[in-house]
This record gives sequence, structure tokens and C-alpha cells, in this order.
Amino acid sequence: MQPSEPILQTKNLNVYYGAKRVVTDVTLDFVRNRITAIIGPSGCGKSTLLRCFNRMNDLIPSATITGQVLFEGQDLYAPDVDPTEIRYQIGMVFQRPNPFPKTIFDNVAFGPRINGFRGDLPELVEMSLRRTALWEEVKDRLKTSALALSGGQQQRLCIARALAVEPKVILMDEPCSSLDPIATLAVEDLMRELSQDYSIVIVTHNMQQAARVSDQTAFLMASQERIGELIEFGESRQIFTNPQDERTEAYITGRFG
Amino acid sequence: MVRADFNRSLDQLQEDLLSLGDLVEQAIIKSMNALEERDLTASFEVVHDDDQINEKRFRLEEDSIDLIATQQPLATDLRSLIVVLHIAVELERMGDYAEGIGKISLMIGDEPLFKPIEELRHMSVHARDMLRRSLKALVDRDTAAARQVWDDDDRVDRLYDEVCRELFAGMAREPQTIERATHLLWVAHDLERMADRATNIAERVIFLVTGGQVDDIDESG
Repeated sequence: MQPSEPILQTKNLNVYYGAKRVVTDVTLDFVRNRITAIIGPSGCGKSTLLRCFNRMNDLIPSATITGQVLFEGQDLYAPDVDPTEIRYQIGMVFQRPNPFPKTIFDNVAFGPRINGFRGDLPELVEMSLRRTALWEEVKDRLKTSALALSGGQQQRLCIARALAVEPKVILMDEPCSSLDPIATLAVEDLMRELSQDYSIVIVTHNMQQAARVSDQTAFLMASQERIGELIEFGESRQIFTNPQDERTEAYITGRFG
Repeated sequence: MVRADFNRSLDQLQEDLLSLGDLVEQAIIKSMNALEERDLTASFEVVHDDDQINEKRFRLEEDSIDLIATQQPLATDLRSLIVVLHIAVELERMGDYAEGIGKISLMIGDEPLFKPIEELRHMSVHARDMLRRSLKALVDRDTAAARQVWDDDDRVDRLYDEVCRELFAGMAREPQTIERATHLLWVAHDLERMADRATNIAERVIFLVTGGQVDDIDESG
């Protein structure tokens, strides 16, 4: 697959919770090794859309989808696809850092161990922690509890944990919403760094963050008739300086509704 | 209304910009009248009062930077603040040209003008008209009107060429008038630059409204 070809695609994707449609007919291409931001007001379906990419919505009993979600051209919802396998290739980082109540080392080693990793585990852990710029801060206390780390460090640890299983895509659902401004900037720097090797999709409420870190931005909206409708998708530079749809303009300038 | 306070600040900024535009226009009128009527006191006042224009421009700059820092504007808001910064500079420079005409008038001193300044007055009327229309296009967010201002710069350029030709011919005929004719050449140059600044304002209006440049607007508007 060429680098410019999409790593993730949705085609006429609809997501329902029971009878209620919460993502409406979204068709989108996510380019490899780029950061794509999904923005929109609360309840617009952006997190639901994000969770389609590693089949997290499967965990909600009433959730069903129509249309397609493709990962490197393969249908993620085909009957023979194992969702657990998908989650190694498409990792996820959540709003609040959620390290396991284990040591720093064991947090990062958790996925590879379950995967039956046969290589040099300490080296893999070090490499993953270096990638998230955490190694120098924690190398002398790898055997201490991850819960003793600061919030920003915990979030970078969660990213390191996701990286340890060598994913191709990292999904981030409001990854900085519980972090202070400095820790937020550290995570943003890290995202830019990681985008050289990974494709990142980030859901964020923070417009300035989306403008700072992302290459492309998708704006979703919920109206009375339709929830989770894609209003505009384009280069972030364009979206944040000169959006084409007046609803995008109203939202990003804070004059929504 | 969401962001009512920010909206008020943006409106206020535009008001301040327009009042800077008024000051500049008055300076242009006064500098040309003083030149023609050989009123050195008025010329001196134009030179002296340029400080007010400069101060107002710096205040606009500070207010814009405050809003950028505190409101983190995006899209049209961001473009309008950038445009205010640009236009404030253009207006301040136009004020400098009026000041320049005041200084030239003071240099001419008690000497009579080399010739009647009818063409120069035409140029100044056009330049002022372009200034006023460019600021109206800003208020109205009217790209067609802005494009028209941009197109009208040709008229001032043509007048400038005529004035230059005439003054050069005069200098060639009567070399002893070179100094006095040169003074008027400078005035013509200042007026021509004023019109250029007005076209720059028109360009900024187009950028504000469309996010694009003047070439993106066809001549019909």
C-alpha cells in the first residue's frame, strides 16, 4: 500500500444505539502517518466514530453498524476478523490515564506478554518508553507502581503501553483533557513525533489543540434530524483559518447555537 | 449570544480603525489645502499631528495582540484581527505621506508654487476616495467594492505619469525651476503611494471575506 493511500476508511458508516442513529452516513479517508482530528460539540458522535476503528462499540450490546470500516483496505467488521487482534494493531489512549495497578515495567510489558512476545522484553519496554520521552524520567524506578507517576507521565505511559504491541494506528479520545497545560504540550509534541511512524486519530474538544497538532480535521455535528453527521473534512490549516461551511465557522469561533 | 464580549471587542476595534481612517483623511485634506494656499501654520500642524495617527495605530496593534492572546481567535475572527493589524499599518503610512506633503510645503516656504496644482489635487481626491471606499468595503465586507478600489489605482497611476511628464518638461525648459518642480514631484509621489496603500487595504478586505487574494476575485466582482 502506498503511503498516500488511506490507512483507515469509512464508507457510508452508520452507527445505531438500539433504534437511535448516532453516526450518520460518514464517508472518510484517514491518511497514513498523519494526524487526523475529529472535532465537534458534545454528543455529536465523535467518540462513537473513533470507537468504530477498534471495534470498542462491540462492547455496547445495543450498538450496531451499517456501512463499512476499512483498515488497510480490509473490512474490520468481516465475520472472520478478531476484534482483539484489531486492538493490537489499532491502539487506543483514553481521556483519563488508565495505567494498570502494576509496575511501570509491567504496564508496558503487559500487551507483549499476552501476545506471547518472544524477543528481548526489557529492550522493548525501554524502546517504548523512549518513544514517549518517558525513559529518562522512569528508568531508575521501573519496578515501582505506575500509579505513583504524575498524570502527564501516566498518559505517556499509556501511550508507551499502546506502542509496545507495535500498532499501526493510535486512537486518542481526548488524551489531554485531564492534563495540565505543560503535560498537554508534552503529549502534543509526542504526537507530532509519533506521526512519523504511526497514523493517529484524535478526538478533542480543544480547538487550539486540533489546530496545533493535526494535519487534517473532520467536523461532526448533531442536529435535530441527524446525529454524527460529517459537516466538513479537510486540511486543518484550511479548516481553522478559512472553513468552507458556515456551521464549521460558527463552531470553531465559539458562536455555535 | 455566545462570545458577546469578544464580539463587542471586535466591533470596537473596527470603530477605532475607522476613526484612524478619519484622522488620516483629514490629514490628507489639510496637507493639500495648506500646500495650495501656502498656509505654513497648517502645514506645520499636519506634521505635528502625525504623532496622533502613530499613537492610534500602536493602540490598535496592542488591542489586537491582546485579543489574539486572550481569545485565541480562529477562522474569520483570526483573519479579521490580522487584517486590522495590516490596515492600521497602511493607514499610518498614508498619514506619513500627508505628513510628507506638510514637510514639503514647509520646505517650499515663501517661494511661490512652481505651477498650479490642479492635477495634484485630482490625485489627492482620487486617493481619498479610494481610502474611503476601501474602508466602506471593510465595513460592508464587500469584495466587489474592494476589487473596484483595487482596479481604480490605475487612474491615479495615469495621473501620476502625466504630472511627472509635465514637471520634467518644465524642468527641461527652465532649469532654474528644477528645485521647485522637484518639490511638486515629491508631492505627486506621496499621493501615488497613498492610492497604493488604499489598494492594499482593499486587498486585505478581500482576504478577510474570502481567505483568498485579490486575484481570486474576477473583475466583475
